[in-house]
Amino acid sequence: MASISNVLRRPTSTTGVWGWITTIDHKKIGIMYGVSSFTFFLIGGLEAFLIRLQLARPEHAVVSPEVYSQLFTMHALTMIFLGVMPLSAAFFNLVIPLMIGARDVAFPRLNALSLWIFILGALMFQSGWFLGGSPNSGWFAYAPLTSSTFSPGNGMDFYTLGLGVLGVSSVAAALNFIVTIINMRAPGMTLMRMPVFVWMTLVTSILLVTAFPVITVGLIELFLDRRFGFNFFNPDAGADVVLWQHLFWVFGHPEVYILILPAMGIVTEILPTFSKKPLFGYPVIVFSGIAIGFMGWAVWSHHMFTVGLGPIANSVFALTTMTIAVPTGVKIFNWIGTMWGGNIELKTPMLFSIGFIFLFIIGGLSGVMHSIAPSDAQQQDTYFIVAHIHYVLFGGSIFAIMGGIYYWFPKASGRMLSESIGKVSFWLMFIGMNVTFFPMHFLGMDGMPRRQYTYDSSYGWDFWNLVATIGVFLLAAGVIAFVHNFFRSLRKGEIAGNDPWDARTLEWSIPSPPPEYNFAEIPIVNSRDAFWEQKQRGEAGEQGTGAGYGEEEHHDIHMPSPSYWPLVMAIGLTAAAYGMLYSYPLAALGAFVTMVGIYAWSMEPVTASEDH
Amino acid sequence: MANITENTGHETTTGLDHRKLLIWAFLGSECMFFGSLIATYLVYYGQGTPGTPTPLQVLDIPTTSTSTFVLLMSSFMMVMSYNAISKGNVKNFRIWIMCTAILGATFLGFQFYEFREFAVHYGLTPRTNLFGTTFFTTTGFHGAHVTVGVIWLVSLFLYSYRGDLTKDHGLMVDIAALYWHFVDVVWIVIFTLVYLIPVGVSGGT
Repeated sequence: MASISNVLRRPTSTTGVWGWITTIDHKKIGIMYGVSSFTFFLIGGLEAFLIRLQLARPEHAVVSPEVYSQLFTMHALTMIFLGVMPLSAAFFNLVIPLMIGARDVAFPRLNALSLWIFILGALMFQSGWFLGGSPNSGWFAYAPLTSSTFSPGNGMDFYTLGLGVLGVSSVAAALNFIVTIINMRAPGMTLMRMPVFVWMTLVTSILLVTAFPVITVGLIELFLDRRFGFNFFNPDAGADVVLWQHLFWVFGHPEVYILILPAMGIVTEILPTFSKKPLFGYPVIVFSGIAIGFMGWAVWSHHMFTVGLGPIANSVFALTTMTIAVPTGVKIFNWIGTMWGGNIELKTPMLFSIGFIFLFIIGGLSGVMHSIAPSDAQQQDTYFIVAHIHYVLFGGSIFAIMGGIYYWFPKASGRMLSESIGKVSFWLMFIGMNVTFFPMHFLGMDGMPRRQYTYDSSYGWDFWNLVATIGVFLLAAGVIAFVHNFFRSLRKGEIAGNDPWDARTLEWSIPSPPPEYNFAEIPIVNSRDAFWEQKQRGEAGEQGTGAGYGEEEHHDIHMPSPSYWPLVMAIGLTAAAYGMLYSYPLAALGAFVTMVGIYAWSMEPVTASEDH
Repeated sequence: MANITENTGHETTTGLDHRKLLIWAFLGSECMFFGSLIATYLVYYGQGTPGTPTPLQVLDIPTTSTSTFVLLMSSFMMVMSYNAISKGNVKNFRIWIMCTAILGATFLGFQFYEFREFAVHYGLTPRTNLFGTTFFTTTGFHGAHVTVGVIWLVSLFLYSYRGDLTKDHGLMVDIAALYWHFVDVVWIVIFTLVYLIPVGVSGGT
């Protein structure tokens, strides 16, 4: 027994490199999620930058057509799976336990596993650039273009294996947050007292857990076709290639809401705080979020209006798509109602949130245009679609995420981001975003197809393409200003204190950065904006001191010790994925390491001190 | 398995253990996984290359009914083993859980025989036609889930010899049991949709 205990002893270091690598603290995991996914966001931005350079002039040849195909495919996949989704996960990790008054998530080690699978899986996914080519068939990878006949080489295998590995990470994290939110709320925090961001996280997690298995099956089928000669998408054997489109979009449309619902949650936290008013219509905004989550399952074929599913299918999906605009519109009215008559402070998080509403309305309106099937037939696969998706994903998700970073950075780091640089970066990003993407509406209406490598001057697309490329420089300047602000403020930022925004939710009642155990005393919640009410009643004492949660050092709170095994399992899984590509013995070794990880994980003690 | 829940600082909101909620949410995810596999099978049912084996030619209902019976009985054994551990009877627990694992392994043996029979006797492999592709993938992933279940059950059996498995650890067995029953239920769906209905509609082999 002694030898087993020694092998399974948990690490104790909570500082230094090992402290970060073995940590199971949700705050550190959230920070690592944020930093790594923002890095991938910058890589995705670089890919976009090259695309725009290629399109700046007619008949440009900045990159080769093959590299161009890989660039637009990887730009989409990087932004969606390595950028926006894990950036949302960073906020889930950092904020959810604090908002619900918990000391950590339900399964801290599972949380670390999600992080490491994400990081290693993402690196594996990007390694295609150096290993003979990345996926090149567009992010939705329509069959049979993806078969080994038409896509030889390893590019599409990085797609199936990489997304498969990243899916494991997303589902594990989502399961963790479902349990955390349902089961770890502070006493008195009923479901209808939860902050809206917590609600949106719950809906997003349920979508993740149910939507990812569908694409997993699609990826497995594509993988088996490519590597082992199965016939799932082989027209010669009588297979129907439209099956892939259904599997992809049954996942793909809930995925759209997986990307936007957390952003909506973030904005819903920021707006009331800086309007100095309670949220307008809390139950309506919660139920409209749930309704969007449900109806997200009933609209997938609007991506397939030109496939030829027939007038009945097209009409049904046109109607469901128009219907889903209703709860979305309801939310917009709620946000405007929250600001109406409020005492609005235009701090940077608020600017990004108002920018979000403005841009999301434009993207939402072009979305409703696509729901009309005959009109969509004209817009399908043109730059009009590219304009729409960037208004909802960049103007929507990324603006909300930037607002969230400015809002919660003080809580995570203890220091404020600079307001003046923040405002500069907001305006650069806001103007750059519109200069880049608004002209794409015109280009699309003019018939420019998406994914086009280059174009002839006689089409009349030169001017707006050049404008869009100029916009990218403004956008990039805004992002660089933010990165500068980030590093500068980490060292020189103003000390934040507990509650720099005079905010409403529980995370602001504890010190910044919070102690390892978050709450020295688990808070008791009596109402919706509990912390705000406490401050109004004067119970919280001076501004920012909270109700005494986490005021003194508490040595009697035992947090679980760090663990090596999440990292070991993630390494095993990634090695197995590489092995499926290059050598089956490596795959077997990876599977074996994963198994060892599972057993060691199950057997290790809760804390390091148990052995002593 | 052991101490997955590390943060037991205070009571849970619902009164349910975190692990119990986790396994239910996970099984919800698994429903979508098998739902997609079975949907693929049904979409491609009856479409294929002429002159290659069809379901009606190769499916052997009596043999598969036997293996289905074996798997269903294993669920009964699983209930008995959970019943034993929740009464604190570790000895009976070991007997019942080993029976469960053996019946699960027997089911896998039947499946191995069936796959081999199809390949050797009828020349049906996943590459042959759409039926082969979808049949082997759907039932194969079910078989993989049974394999994971058998490993899990044997692990619990061995774990009980560490002496740590007591009445208080009933939840560990309960969670494995939920997974096992789920895999059984999935088989009932597969058996009905893949084996029984096609053969039944055509009036038997």
